[in-house]
Amino acid sequence: MKKIIAALAVSLIGISGVAKAEYPERPVLLMIPYGAGGATDFQARIATIPAGNDDMLGMPVAIINKPGAGGRVGWNWFANNAEKDGYTMGGYNVPHFIAQSIKGGVDYSTDSFEPIANWGSDPAVFVVGKDSNFNSMSDVVDFAKANPGKLTFSGAGLFVGHHIAALQIEKAAGVKMLYIPNKSGGAGAMKAVISGEVLAGVNNLSDAFRAQKAGTIKILGVADLERNAFLPDVPTMMEQGLDVDNTSVNFRGVMVPKGTPQAVIDKLASVVPEMFKHKRVAQKMKAGGSPMKIMNRAEVLDMWAKRQTTLEELLKGL
Amino acid sequence: MDFIFYFGEVFTFTSMLLLIGGTIGGLIMGATPGLSPTMTVALLIPFTFNMTPVHGLILLGAAYTSTVAGGAVSAILLKIPGAPANIATTLDGNAMARKGEGAKALQLSFIASLIGGIFGVFLLIFLTPVLAKMANSFGYSHTFWLAIIGVTVIGSLEAGSVVKGLLSGCIGMWLATIGFDDIQGVKRFVFHPAIAGGVNIIPALIGLFAIPQVITMFAKGRFQNDIEQIQVKKHPIAKAFQEVFSRKRALIIGTSIGSLIGLIPGVGGQIAGLLAYDQAKKFSPEKKKFGTGHSEGVIAAESANNAMVGPSLVPLLTLSIPGSPTAAVLLGGLIIHGIFPGPTLFQQYPEVIWPFINSMLIGQILMCIFGIYIASLAARVAQVPQFIMAAIVLGLAAFGSFAVQQSMGDVYVMVVLGTMMYFLERFGFSAAPLVLGLILGPIAESNFVTGSLISTAQNGPFVYFFTGGLNILLVSIVILSVGFSIWSEINTKRQS
Repeated sequence: MKKIIAALAVSLIGISGVAKAEYPERPVLLMIPYGAGGATDFQARIATIPAGNDDMLGMPVAIINKPGAGGRVGWNWFANNAEKDGYTMGGYNVPHFIAQSIKGGVDYSTDSFEPIANWGSDPAVFVVGKDSNFNSMSDVVDFAKANPGKLTFSGAGLFVGHHIAALQIEKAAGVKMLYIPNKSGGAGAMKAVISGEVLAGVNNLSDAFRAQKAGTIKILGVADLERNAFLPDVPTMMEQGLDVDNTSVNFRGVMVPKGTPQAVIDKLASVVPEMFKHKRVAQKMKAGGSPMKIMNRAEVLDMWAKRQTTLEELLKGL
Repeated sequence: MDFIFYFGEVFTFTSMLLLIGGTIGGLIMGATPGLSPTMTVALLIPFTFNMTPVHGLILLGAAYTSTVAGGAVSAILLKIPGAPANIATTLDGNAMARKGEGAKALQLSFIASLIGGIFGVFLLIFLTPVLAKMANSFGYSHTFWLAIIGVTVIGSLEAGSVVKGLLSGCIGMWLATIGFDDIQGVKRFVFHPAIAGGVNIIPALIGLFAIPQVITMFAKGRFQNDIEQIQVKKHPIAKAFQEVFSRKRALIIGTSIGSLIGLIPGVGGQIAGLLAYDQAKKFSPEKKKFGTGHSEGVIAAESANNAMVGPSLVPLLTLSIPGSPTAAVLLGGLIIHGIFPGPTLFQQYPEVIWPFINSMLIGQILMCIFGIYIASLAARVAQVPQFIMAAIVLGLAAFGSFAVQQSMGDVYVMVVLGTMMYFLERFGFSAAPLVLGLILGPIAESNFVTGSLISTAQNGPFVYFFTGGLNILLVSIVILSVGFSIWSEINTKRQS
């Protein structure tokens, strides 16, 4: 009897082992909670180009967009409705989804998802129009001190990376400025700076890099721990005496819903970072001005946990 | 005149193949309800990954131009606008089709599109620096007033009663508030997960226009002698050209309003057709003919929505700011090839940008030729038995709504809104003002909220919204537009 059970067990392991080895046997979906053509969508499409290669997933990755309310619609859907079989992955944007979950009113938190890997990091930068009198962060802080609540500065929305950077700058400088969230996201916020509707703005490094090349804005500081390879001449906030760390850096990567089989998570966690490292991905990302930062599952888990603590602290008073 | 030297690039074998393929594909996509220009371009971008930048952009440009024009096909034949840009086309276009003039309406719409489109691209070629400055001077207060000008149009879209038109507009604006509000992230009226992301404009558009049609078609199809027999009269193309050029007023109004509106970031082409239609009606001595199948209505609307295409690329190419959702997707297509738009774009990448713009010129002509050819076939669509047509339309409507963001929730929204519209139509309300409210509500709201927020750092909301030349100009247009509607209403009452 024991022998039979043992044999059955072995064969079962064998069968399930075979089944696991075959994952994925059909194309995998990747849900992006932002619209087609936006920075996140655009990078996700590039990052998943090599998915169909035999040494990668062996199956293509198809992007589906579920935009709305700064990502809340897509992530709510992902937490509540996504199949937990590994065939539906989701894109994450940190600090956005963590900050939203701390603020409340959504159905997800870091506990709802299992990270797989990180492909990009887009720091927030502080920008002003090309004709602005501000030439450094200290000019900005001086103006804000002299005119409390009068310095308007735009960003993509509330509880996204730009807003977090804005809060950190205000806190570090001990000033009150007027943050203007924009309905049309980063592009709309940038337009407000270029056309002089607002005095300054917080925006994505990648978009600001392009705008600076186009000669329409000046970049005064990077909200990251070190200078960025795309902008070697722009000092960090820390260098300019503002205690702003990398909490607002927009990390982009891939996750699956909690409850996905461990074997699937392991397979994805080993393959996906390799996919992001592929030569074609690196080449296209560089051409698109999108800074990459490839992190494996363990590193992302650690990053999520750290963000959770710092953001809880920062958003406590709001 | 640099652009002339780059025509050679367009007339190579591969370019022409892409141009023709993009145009025909775009016309078909545009004619399918729900497959909007934005979606078509987004779907095509991955295909351009492996092309040279010039070829990729030629394909995207051709698809953009022709999807906008293709939307007229379903607007005219089925009274279902392919995209928001074609709403105004349904008003007179479908009435013409019902009179048996479907072929003529399609010819007029493609010829008007051609003229508007070429004008728009010429503006892009010759006036880009000037236009860029104009686009840039539009702030939150100006965009808010522009949305209000759009609202004043509502009164004249409704043939019967101004009050019912305004009420429909209000319903649309209310629907637009559903979902997370964009600025504060507060949930509003979310009573079902399907509308957590708000009422998406495309499923709403399809539902509001298609479902009442479908219900009516099924209802009439029950009895043999109730079935409408729509004749399709043949119409010579030369006569169509003559007709378009004899309607100079509508053509000029459509083309100029379209190119102006296309320029303003954030408003895009969605309301260009409606504003042009409204103005063409107000300036026409034959106001009463509008809505009954008047060719001026079709010409104004279609010349406007294609004239918008060229100028809508100006903020994108010079400032790297996408002026419309489609332009935003195109930006992705440019960047992926390492081309960063900006003021120096034309000096840096002339070998890419000029062939792209030139191909849009050639694309307009191809669009007109293929469009008219398709029109000769498509007009027969009207002769398909009604109950079969109803089933096909219902299938397309469900498919189109689902396709927008692969969501069954959108299909429910489409069906619920459409069924509601069927009953509203019984009481004399109509879909066009409702959709206009749905489009303009969020534009007006967010620009008002953001503007008010900024004004607290300046001299208060009154100064922010009512002073400055552009504000005063826009406010005067609002007053004139409302005043004119009231005056003509009183005038018609007095006459009758």
